[in-house]
Amino acid sequence: MPSPDILAAAVLNGLMSGAVYALIAVGLTLVYGVLHIINFAHGAMLSAAMFAAYLAFQAGIDPYAAMIPLALIFFALGYALQRLVIGPASHGEDQNVLLITLGLSIVIENLLLAAFNSDTRTIDVPYGFSTLDLGFTFLALPRAIAFAVSCLVAVLLWILLAHTDTGKAIRAVAKEKLGASLAGIDVAHIYAVTFGLGATCLAIAACLLLPTYYVYPRVGNAYVLIAFTIVVLGGMGSIPGAIAGGLFVGVVESLSGLMFGESLGQLGIFVIFILVLLLRPTGLFGAKA
Amino acid sequence: MTVIRAYGAIAMMAVLLALLPVLVQANTVINALVTAMIIALAAQGWNLLAGYGGQFSFGHAAFFGAGAYGNAILQTRYGINAYTAMLAATAIGAMVGAVIGTLSFRSGLRGSYFALITLAFAEVFRIIANATPLTGGAAGTLIKLQLSVANFQFASRAVYFWIILALVIAAMLLMRGIERSRFGAYLVAVRENENSAAALGVDTFSVKLKAITLSAGLTALAGAFYVQYFLFVDSSIAFGTWISIEALLAPIIGGIGTVFGPLFGALALYFLGEFAKAIAGRTPGIDLALFGILLVLIIAFARDGLQGLLTRLSLAWRTRRPA
Repeated sequence: MPSPDILAAAVLNGLMSGAVYALIAVGLTLVYGVLHIINFAHGAMLSAAMFAAYLAFQAGIDPYAAMIPLALIFFALGYALQRLVIGPASHGEDQNVLLITLGLSIVIENLLLAAFNSDTRTIDVPYGFSTLDLGFTFLALPRAIAFAVSCLVAVLLWILLAHTDTGKAIRAVAKEKLGASLAGIDVAHIYAVTFGLGATCLAIAACLLLPTYYVYPRVGNAYVLIAFTIVVLGGMGSIPGAIAGGLFVGVVESLSGLMFGESLGQLGIFVIFILVLLLRPTGLFGAKA
Repeated sequence: MTVIRAYGAIAMMAVLLALLPVLVQANTVINALVTAMIIALAAQGWNLLAGYGGQFSFGHAAFFGAGAYGNAILQTRYGINAYTAMLAATAIGAMVGAVIGTLSFRSGLRGSYFALITLAFAEVFRIIANATPLTGGAAGTLIKLQLSVANFQFASRAVYFWIILALVIAAMLLMRGIERSRFGAYLVAVRENENSAAALGVDTFSVKLKAITLSAGLTALAGAFYVQYFLFVDSSIAFGTWISIEALLAPIIGGIGTVFGPLFGALALYFLGEFAKAIAGRTPGIDLALFGILLVLIIAFARDGLQGLLTRLSLAWRTRRPA
């Protein structure tokens, strides 16, 4: 059994990465909750966002400074993708959406591959190895920032959904699409806004990940499989569930990595995923399917 | 008469394709054709479950890989004869399908949830195969080159082509038979509306289970043949996402839920891949990006694929007004 200090450090580190997982998962679950589709292009869009942040850095813009402009750009991209491609092409059938988002992920991933090859790239920021001294352990500064920003985004998203007209419209469409459209809400517009918000979460997550992680065309897949696990764990469509699930998975990954080594830690997540799907597909937190 | 109509087109297709190696002798072309036929066979498996049964799997790699590794391991570790090993590997793949099917369908997983769990199973298998000594770990498993008919290893690539073609044709005949059977009707009923099918007395669980078992068997046979042809397998070939994706692309492009769809689609993917190579040279990813665009276009504009386009064209031709 590792010492309490090491355990505490592992839990803390797990919470740090868990917050970013949660942010990615929130984007996925928000889209599911409103549009009732699983966006299989979520991972590829995350890869694209990470490359966008990487290019911004090459142009001399720090990832944290690029965060807000990229968030706006990805909101617009997400909005356009849903409004112009996914919506019209799917003819309103769930099976079609599944296949279209899969097709989009193939397109995005392979265009990235054609443009950047499969090399892994990293960026070198001056604060990359800065740490915070917590007494019992040291915490990497970029990870602490990632945690703080993820929490902030979650709060902002909650304010948006709970206290604005757009948020009310989103919740109305999620509950009852037909009723919402009868009440004068433009459902296609709200769908696209929601999809745009999902993409925004990805752009922010990408800027938070880039200072400490490497980027390559398929990098999003690794994260999105974790995000699927989190979303199913937290109950499809539930935002509090995604946040709790994200933190939980982060800690599980960190602890099982400590106990069993890196590659089997990864396996642990999939085993959780399959078990939850088989035993309780509505999620551990009891959200409605 | 209807029997001739039902099976005649398949026989004609078989004769036409069998002539290919006589017309073109370049090894690279035959190589690519063999790969296309392997995809067509794996895709026919996917088509049975998703095209006819409406259960969209995103992880047919799980079955392809079971067949591939099954064949390779039985031969290299247990010294089993290649023919027996291929048959056994097919059976193993079908069993994997039955187990995954039992678990998922018992839990009532449908639609996106079913797609997710198949994806997860394929990923788990890939991680395990990459880490265990039985499969050769990350280095993969190599079958020794010993050319002889007894080892299912032939000097001529054309022989491989004829064998895989025969398997593809046999699978098409099987699908035609299923289409015309009670089981086929049940399967389509489950696809169209599972609840109504159940209300009419169809045992939907056993229909879906039969479908996934048969589907997995077909795809596993494709995997076993793949290993026999290339004599090598590793975790990213066997359980990689490439095969899950091509197995679903081919039927959708060719015509989902039709006997000819997977074959048409696999050939179309082959030509599109060559076209991509011709315009983009060796830039990686262009071919797959084109496949993805084609997938979106087909779903947006031609839900019944190439097969449907052909039918519509020939209908338009036959009903054309005299000038």
